[in-house]
Amino acid sequence: MTPTLPNLNILEMIAFAMIGLALLLGLLRLMLGPGSADRIVAADTMSVTATAGIAGLAALFATPLYLDVALIFGVLAFVFVVAIARTIEGDRS
Amino acid sequence: MRFVADLFLLLGAAFLLLGALGLVRMPDVYNRIQAGTKSVTLGAVSFLLGIALLHPDWWAKVLCIAGFILFTSPVASSTIARAVYLAGVRPWHAPVRSGSDPSKADPLAEPEPKAEP
Repeated sequence: MTPTLPNLNILEMIAFAMIGLALLLGLLRLMLGPGSADRIVAADTMSVTATAGIAGLAALFATPLYLDVALIFGVLAFVFVVAIARTIEGDRS
Repeated sequence: MRFVADLFLLLGAAFLLLGALGLVRMPDVYNRIQAGTKSVTLGAVSFLLGIALLHPDWWAKVLCIAGFILFTSPVASSTIARAVYLAGVRPWHAPVRSGSDPSKADPLAEPEPKAEP
């Protein structure tokens, strides 16, 4: 039995494919960024994209449970980015 | 109603894709911060607006997520830019070709300081 995508038309499938491609491009910059700052910028962009993608999963599975997951993921990603940015700022001395 | 929701979903996904493309394409950390924050913030808010139009019962939680992204994403990018600047990374300048006319080479480059007579 193949998994079916219940409530999607072609425009929503194109939108989800665009989000997947955006995550792949962010992963490319995360892998080959020359410095640690490029990797942090890529992680920040990917976290916002993944928050929108998780909220899209809520619409895909037709359950509002994933909206809580998206909110908590956004909060944790913000704390992560600020903490890592403070870390790079600190090692200049 | 569903067509309007799909339009917002497509617009948001297109802006997310453009932000990631600018993240790969731009030459410098500062340019990548610009491309990767503004476009992605607009794309995520538009995508969440599309979800709120697709499922109108969920508007409160979707509004919470959209407002949180709208508040924290510029703060995060500003913190990254400040940390990178304080860590000593210089901004990128376009390279000037040696054989070309310097007045036509790059209109955005800083002008050469004139020698004192």
